[in-house]
Amino acid sequence: MTATALRPARAGAPREPRHRRTFRGRNALTILGFLAPAIVFVCWFTYFPMLQGAHMAFRDWDLWDLTSTPWVGLANFATILADPVFPVVAGNTVVWVVGSIVPQLVIGFLVALGLWRRFRFRGLYQALIFYPWAVSGFLVGMLFRWMFNAEFGVVNDLLMKAGAIDAPLPWLADPKLAMVAVIIANVWYGVTFFAIMILAALQSVPDEVLEAAAIDGAGTVRRLFSIVIPYIWTTLALTVLLRAIWTFNSPEIIYAMTGGGPAGRTHIVTTWMIEYTQQGSYGLASAIGLAVMVVLFVFCAFYLTAMRRVNQR
Amino acid sequence: MTMLREGSSRVTTGGVVRVTGLTLWLVITLFPLYWVVVTSFKSPGSINRWPLEYWPSEPSTANYTDLFATSAFGTFLGNSLVVALVAGATATLIALLSAYVLARFEFRGKGAVLGAFLLTQMIPAFIALGPLYAMLADLGLVDTKPGLGLVYVAMCIPFSTVMLRGFFENMPDALEEAAMIDGCSRLGALFRVLVPVMAPGIAAAFIFNFVNCWNELFLSVVLMNSDANKTVPAALNGFISTFNIAWGPMSAAAVLTVLPTMLLFALASRWIVEGLTAGSVKE
Repeated sequence: MTATALRPARAGAPREPRHRRTFRGRNALTILGFLAPAIVFVCWFTYFPMLQGAHMAFRDWDLWDLTSTPWVGLANFATILADPVFPVVAGNTVVWVVGSIVPQLVIGFLVALGLWRRFRFRGLYQALIFYPWAVSGFLVGMLFRWMFNAEFGVVNDLLMKAGAIDAPLPWLADPKLAMVAVIIANVWYGVTFFAIMILAALQSVPDEVLEAAAIDGAGTVRRLFSIVIPYIWTTLALTVLLRAIWTFNSPEIIYAMTGGGPAGRTHIVTTWMIEYTQQGSYGLASAIGLAVMVVLFVFCAFYLTAMRRVNQR
Repeated sequence: MTMLREGSSRVTTGGVVRVTGLTLWLVITLFPLYWVVVTSFKSPGSINRWPLEYWPSEPSTANYTDLFATSAFGTFLGNSLVVALVAGATATLIALLSAYVLARFEFRGKGAVLGAFLLTQMIPAFIALGPLYAMLADLGLVDTKPGLGLVYVAMCIPFSTVMLRGFFENMPDALEEAAMIDGCSRLGALFRVLVPVMAPGIAAAFIFNFVNCWNELFLSVVLMNSDANKTVPAALNGFISTFNIAWGPMSAAAVLTVLPTMLLFALASRWIVEGLTAGSVKE
């Protein structure tokens, strides 16, 4: 940032630094011209359809009669809240997000610590451990759906060989086990992201500080909690936030594994929205989508404020 | 946690624990991949049979031939490749320009632009699907590769802008200044001087965009429906809409879908780590 602030406005003119700090002057054209394509694309193909979708949340959209879409105000939201499935879906969403993020963070942190210092084959380990990121959520769901298959699933076979269970479990058909199965798939998928982000942050912890602490007699665990974690705390907090948003918002794994079943027991808000869309209830689906955005936005605001408070302390 | 110890070349108990732990996670990570590859090479009769075979007793490529015989999977792969390459490259180029401005200039509205990009991450894909379909229908672009590509470009721009902005902020200003003193325009300085130096970061951003386009599910399912234009995720989705999933051909399709992106990631994993470090961890 300091380097940026020192940059001259034009070639060979290290004067008038204020020139660059405002939207006026010769740079206005550059700024506008360079930003325009990105802004046009994002507005046209993301924000414009999103606003139209949000608008649908206040109308009655019936698949069978799209010519009349009366304005119904907040009726769609009332219908959603009154739906007996709603409390189940809300609870599932919290379990899904928290149950996925906590193990991802813990395992991701351990993996990053493991990859931090050089050892033989570290490059190979890193490339292989990071590959899940190249797989789509949908495909991850399909792979785990096959592995958790009740009849010919490899998970049951391994558990039976290990003596943990006597008979195959109907993982994805059992109301309790289904949530466990989809969360296991999501943990497997998400550890990579945490590991990459935390590993990147660990590289920035200065060796001298760690060495000095070691000389002063701080043990391994002490150094981890007193130096390393405080040092990378911002990254940890931001990674958790980003991942929580994505987890909340990503129905792909559940969509592929259970479709929200059995009997809605793995429905989260976004898979519930898919079900309404498939039924042709666009107004209700849009109301859920809009509510998701508002909840995420408020959550982000609180989270970032809390982070700032802690940082100031 | 013993990796906090200095001097790691000696064999220590800590080192053993660390490598053992990593190996355990590596096995867990690789297992689904191993299982789908093994399944894809089993003969059709041996997939649904006890005891399960951990190595195909009768290795066969029947699932692959079956996949290509019953669907236009080759065409789908080609469509996905074209859309992901063109949309990924276009988005990278556009993001390069916006990232440059966001890294190098202070101006009113900068925070709003960054905030608007961040906000896109909170929009559930499904809320925009219907209107997007109607919009592309008006343009005559439903079920066309350019139509899907345009939407993907918009989808990729925010994240790659943030990522590339981090790279620009790590670049000394002296580079472009020197070029501009020599008479280059700003655009010229960007492309002749900065872009070559930033090549690894740009490659990482492109690969990231390519993988995102290659993997995107719901837009491709809704917007692409003819066999001539369908992309891979839309075709894969077809597997779960039937009651009995054909796991053999499904596994073959999964292997073929994952291979290209896995190879790209393996090649570029270091750049991607650097790119994320530079882009997101800052501030």
